[in-house]
Amino acid sequence: MGLMDIQASTQTKATANGQRIVNNFAITAATRNGTGSQTSNNVLVLSLFKMGIPVNGKNLFPSNIKGLPTWYTIRANKHGYTARPAQAEIAVALNTDTAAEDIQKLPPGGVVIIPQEWNWTKSREDIVYYEIPVDPLVKEAGINPDLRERVANMVYVGAVAQLFDISLDIIWQALLQNFNGKEKPAKINFDMAKRAYEWTAQNIVKRDPYHFEPMPDNNKGKIIITGNESAALGSLFGGVTVVAWYPITPATSLADGILEYQHIRKAADGNTVAITQAEDEISAIGAIVGAGWAGARAMTSTSGPGISLMAEFTGLAYFAEIPCVIWDVTRIGPSTGMPTRTSQGDILFIHFLSHGDTRQIVLLPSSVAECFEFGWRAFDISEQFQTPVFVASDLDLGMNNWMSEPFAYPDQPINRGKMLDKAKLEQFIADHGEWYRYRDYDGDGVGYRTVPGTDHPRAAYFTRGTSHSDKAIYSERSEDWVQNLSRIQRKINSARNLLPQPIVDQDPAKKIGILSFGSNDPAILEGRDMLAAAGIQTNYMRVRALPLADSVAEFVRTHERVYVLENNFDGQLAQIVRMEMSESTEHMASVPLGDGLPMTAQWVFEQVSKREGK
Amino acid sequence: MPPKTNTLGLTREDYKGSKSTLCPGCGHDSISNQIISMAYDLGLNQHNLIKLSGIGCSSKTPAYFMGRAHAFNAVHGRMPSVATGATLANRNLLAIGVSGDGDTGSIGMGQFKHLVRRNVPMVYIIENNGVYGLTKGQFSATADSGQELKYYGRNELPPIDLALEAIIGGCTFVARSFSGDAKQVQTLLKAAMSHHGTAVVDIISPCVTFNNHETSSKSYDYGKQNEVALHEIDFMPSGYVPEREEITVGEYAEGEMISVTMHDGSVIRLKKVGPDHDPRNRAQAFQLLERAQMEQLFVTGLLYYEEPRPTLAESLYLTQTPLAQLGEEHLRPSRQVLDDIMKDYM
Ligand SMILES: Cc1ncc(C[n+]2csc(CCOP(=O)(O)OP(=O)(O)O)c2C)c(N)n1
Ligand code: SF4
Ligand SMILES: [Mg+2]
Repeated sequence: MGLMDIQASTQTKATANGQRIVNNFAITAATRNGTGSQTSNNVLVLSLFKMGIPVNGKNLFPSNIKGLPTWYTIRANKHGYTARPAQAEIAVALNTDTAAEDIQKLPPGGVVIIPQEWNWTKSREDIVYYEIPVDPLVKEAGINPDLRERVANMVYVGAVAQLFDISLDIIWQALLQNFNGKEKPAKINFDMAKRAYEWTAQNIVKRDPYHFEPMPDNNKGKIIITGNESAALGSLFGGVTVVAWYPITPATSLADGILEYQHIRKAADGNTVAITQAEDEISAIGAIVGAGWAGARAMTSTSGPGISLMAEFTGLAYFAEIPCVIWDVTRIGPSTGMPTRTSQGDILFIHFLSHGDTRQIVLLPSSVAECFEFGWRAFDISEQFQTPVFVASDLDLGMNNWMSEPFAYPDQPINRGKMLDKAKLEQFIADHGEWYRYRDYDGDGVGYRTVPGTDHPRAAYFTRGTSHSDKAIYSERSEDWVQNLSRIQRKINSARNLLPQPIVDQDPAKKIGILSFGSNDPAILEGRDMLAAAGIQTNYMRVRALPLADSVAEFVRTHERVYVLENNFDGQLAQIVRMEMSESTEHMASVPLGDGLPMTAQWVFEQVSKREGK
Repeated sequence: MPPKTNTLGLTREDYKGSKSTLCPGCGHDSISNQIISMAYDLGLNQHNLIKLSGIGCSSKTPAYFMGRAHAFNAVHGRMPSVATGATLANRNLLAIGVSGDGDTGSIGMGQFKHLVRRNVPMVYIIENNGVYGLTKGQFSATADSGQELKYYGRNELPPIDLALEAIIGGCTFVARSFSGDAKQVQTLLKAAMSHHGTAVVDIISPCVTFNNHETSSKSYDYGKQNEVALHEIDFMPSGYVPEREEITVGEYAEGEMISVTMHDGSVIRLKKVGPDHDPRNRAQAFQLLERAQMEQLFVTGLLYYEEPRPTLAESLYLTQTPLAQLGEEHLRPSRQVLDDIMKDYM
């Protein structure tokens, strides 16, 4: 099968007249930032979701509050593929600055929806132009001038609904959900959409093959949610009690999510979650280190620049063995980089964050369900190993809407690790004749800890980032230093096979392995299907935590060729694998992307097939 | 004769820490001694007390007092954030922070100002010697303008007054003292322990190794000669029972004495012997400190006091139970709650 056929089977191209293309295309809405297009895009995504069509929406937005171009791509795919499409068949061109380019990007047979009042020159003959009188329709609607700009974007919702078969009833339901059941704003927007819907019905003759068709019950029981909201919920079900954070895209909506849902944790006499906006990320991490030390389940959410500021404190927490959870919703760097573009480029940095010999635990969620799961599990892991736990999500996963099965309720009770309260301390001293904070009583490298406020004369110990003996006493003896650091190293090493283990799809008959992590998952799943259709059979391992599980080396070892696909510039996962493996990894190729955009199946297909000489 | 004990039946010895490793004669050691006396006198329960510090000679001192209290020696200048988190995790803890003028006035200035702005309940002690002791004698930001140091020559920059910064930042209890004035340090610390919110006590504490010569206003001689005590201070503890009611400021008749009733019912009485200073007047406090700076004097005593604002835990409407002690029933909502939320996303 040739490349064109494979694409046809997975990513439909606009084809010849008359042939219906159903639930297998993408729409890109090009607007200006800050004009309220978010509601329109969200309503379209929710509408398709409610029709039972597998859907994914991705926002490509500028670092700007108002005015710069923004694109939102909605992909509907009856096969359930949700990766970013390489190309959208339909463009809604509402931004004069980008319209020419937006139209240029369309494939032959594509469709553009464009304001009639622009009198745009129709320079392409191989696409369909639909002109909608956006301004006149808004004016006719007699909307309060303050709201006009925001509501104007509902015109394209109405036109898209009419042209591609979304019912007005579905649009109404989606609007209600978007506005949390509030009828008033839903109605204002609905009226605008309806007006455009009716105008389109009366004035436009459909000349394209694209249709949405309901897939009854297909999405039944599924949810659609962003990764950051999922992480916020996971944290609340994980018993978070202190959140300190500093605003930064794309992590802000995680802390906001905790604020929004903190009511589910309200006690009779007040809040059980302290959420405080710090003056910077140094203060945010300091506060959660202090809180974790004093017995809270404490977390922060940030992105690269914030992580850089947290380096010193995370080393202290690592060395003084203080639990805390740090979400890095990664955006692309170095430096301020492209603040609204996605990346997986922080994993090397956070794995080794802080000076000296540190090796931090990092969890790598790939889906909204894993954002929820790692949201609660991170606290258990952090208290179990008495060390900071990083969770590396990314902008694409964190800020975009993803479909998922409803989240599974935590399957384990809260694990506070080796914590001694007054009674347990009493017992411990009775059993051992002593208690010293950093002594390795169980041979697993994890000591027993007390927290301030334990009413026992021997509960206190001195926490410090300076060298200390296992009695927590200041010591500059090299033996104490080495003993302490070896124990911590043993502790972190033992976590390898206890952290969330890689997910593997492996058939011993297949010789090619793909290694990846995080939000690349949908692109890799789809890319593998494309590769298989082209005769390239692959196995796939998705890593879910650092330090790497032993099974990763095993996976690399047992394949003839291994491709490490990841969304950063330097091939950071590949570097970590190489560092951990004593034997040759010459058969392993690092295949990094790192252009700021989510990975596409097309890219996966091209990168692997090229290297396989096909 | 059995040793004297306090209300908890503990001796003064029980409030000591490990042996100091500071230079003999260092002002910081005197302050540690005053902290020990204060804690012993008030009968503080060390199990419920945390000691925090940044980095510096001054920040080492929590190891030298109250050995039965949990301690956290954090990173340079960032102790305020650790204190913020710890006191949120457990709102019942009493917190004492020890910092230096470098730790607070330079690297930690941002955190310091935000700590007082948030009104994190703690006593924040600055052991102010005008130099970086631990890194061997560089100027700190509180060094006097025109002061000479052996390696670094003359300081051309104006000093930062940390008491002034605290008042500007919204601190409701700001005091200054001199490490050589044992009685005043103790009295102010006792009052500070009773304060509801952040209490900043800036204590001039000579560095005998790097900054104890006449040209420095942070030397022993200078301190003894130029200290102007604002008030004669008396503190009457109520027995250490923290309460959360509104505190009342005692009657202030034009005259000799101001009494301030602290949260636990204890009373601090200030007898005016120096300039006519009312510590409840913010503008007057600014003027006083400005003038003192111009005249290169340092005024000691309670510089500023105000009806306490809500503490951070209060302004976040936290449950009375320390967050660190909440059980699973409070930490994890039910399966039903999750199911209901999931329905909203369907
Ligand atoms: C991030 C960082 N930078 C620099 C240092 C080095 N350092 C240690 S103590 C200190 C100055 C302490 O001065 P001060 O707070 O006045 O304390 P003192 O020793 O005078 O009591 C410095 C700069 C450090 N520990 N951490
Ligand atoms: S160097 Fe100065 S501040 Fe440090 S211990 Fe010695 S006297 Fe004290
Ligand atoms: Mg100093």
